Amino acid sequence: MIPQEISDVLKATFGDAVLESRIDGVLDPFVKVAPGPVKDVALFLRDNEQMLFDVLMCLSGVDYTGGRLGVVYHLHSMKRNHKLVVKTEVTVDDPHVASVESVWKTANWHEREAFDLYGIVFDGHPDLRRILMPYDWQGHPLRKDYKVPEFYNGMKVPY
Amino acid sequence: MDATMTQPTSVAGFGRALKTEEMVISMGPQHPSTHGVLRLELVVDGEVVVDVIPHLGYLHRCFEKHCEHMTNYQQVIPYADRLDYVAAMSSELGYVIAIEKMLKIKVPERVEYIRVIMAEFSRIVSHLIAIGTYGMDIGAFTPFLYCMRDRERVLDIFEQTCGARLLYNYMWVGGLSHDVQPNFVGKVKDFCSYFRPTIKELNDLLSYNKIFVRRTANVGVLPAEVALNYAVSGPVLRGSGVKWDLRKNDPYSVYDRFDFEIPVGEGKMGTVGDCWDRYMVRIHEMEQSVKIIEQAVEKLPAGDVQSAVPKRIRPDAGDVYVRTETPKGELGYYVIADGSASPFRVKVKSPCFVNLSALPAMTRGAMVADVVAILGSIDIVLGEVDR
Repeated sequence: MIPQEISDVLKATFGDAVLESRIDGVLDPFVKVAPGPVKDVALFLRDNEQMLFDVLMCLSGVDYTGGRLGVVYHLHSMKRNHKLVVKTEVTVDDPHVASVESVWKTANWHEREAFDLYGIVFDGHPDLRRILMPYDWQGHPLRKDYKVPEFYNGMKVPY
Repeated sequence: MDATMTQPTSVAGFGRALKTEEMVISMGPQHPSTHGVLRLELVVDGEVVVDVIPHLGYLHRCFEKHCEHMTNYQQVIPYADRLDYVAAMSSELGYVIAIEKMLKIKVPERVEYIRVIMAEFSRIVSHLIAIGTYGMDIGAFTPFLYCMRDRERVLDIFEQTCGARLLYNYMWVGGLSHDVQPNFVGKVKDFCSYFRPTIKELNDLLSYNKIFVRRTANVGVLPAEVALNYAVSGPVLRGSGVKWDLRKNDPYSVYDRFDFEIPVGEGKMGTVGDCWDRYMVRIHEMEQSVKIIEQAVEKLPAGDVQSAVPKRIRPDAGDVYVRTETPKGELGYYVIADGSASPFRVKVKSPCFVNLSALPAMTRGAMVADVVAILGSIDIVLGEVDR
């Protein structure tokens, strides 16, 4: 399916949950979805006979600045050979996104990474711990307003 | 006698004769088979592994944060080298393709061909290390020396071309840092004719060695549907019998012009998707890489390798996701540009990171001694896992 058709099907199925879709004028066409229904959309994309997005290629956290955080899902279907980008956006004050770990197992570590580095909380994730930073680290380093702490566990950070 | 002793409760592997407790063993972060610094928390019941919990981050170098603080896009390339440091050419290639796609640059033919040759050479180097160290993990020391000997020859070609043996900064956005030397084609042909028989030598030495087969066949089986759900890629995915290679299925650069096969695991020695299959896919891929290199040097066009290098790199605001087939699997770069001279966000989807996340699924129920065999068959490089 071409991205336009996928976007139309999603809009017809999920209505207001699909906030925006950009097909032309961008390198990778994307669909923007509200953070709550992400999991339902993901399940639909994986299981619908026309979609069959069986591979989650990448899941990235983004800090768009101005208190907006985002999660970007890059999907690919081996059976149908089409791609789609799904984006969702949350605020720093309420960084809750539905976890897609139960849909694609690979999301487990990707979501842990986004939680670790951006502080995005994935509701329904079975094991949401830090993954790259030490477990007792304070703050989320990839946020644009992140300041390197002066002390880590009472030790002076040397720079 | 205590009544509970005569009424056994549970034990895996020994019928229902003994009572045991689960024990937690820490493997690493300095264990030699982790090929770097990785800690595995093994939950074992006697000799049987109940669960594995990997703890990463020991080699976290803030790659993604660094990228955002560069003064221009070009400066990221040396850092990309240090992701998968045994196949640095492949790591660079993905990044430069992503930026070229944003800038809509058409790269000269000669550059494309040299890039393909270099990427395939780095695949050979990476697989030689994977195979050599895998043998060593399992207890065969000699193949490692043979692999390192052949690897040196490739590194000599790299050194002659760009001056560096490991971390090259060779691929630039729109071109290459140096053209190849005049005797390059001859050297490459020499290598190809030298290397084909040594693959056979390696097969005699390791692949069909009885002890090696016993240690790897039927161990750590990863079924295809589980592999897809974990989105593993590269030899790990193909070892499970899925015929999927981005060079064929989603071609980038000029890969669509070459004739080569995609080797997949067939379960020749045991079950499809076991450690031996993953190992053997790497052996066959080296043969295919030699095939690609031979075709590429034969057709190598003339031209300038720096004619398309842009004076300043300032892509329009937007984002792009580019994936390439590196020796370890599908390496993805998700780059967001905001119109300034440095990237707004660079996310690396590392194949090792994703493949490692499938380790618990492969290891549950295996013996403790097999953990090393399974981990080695995934072929992780911690520089890429932790970034």
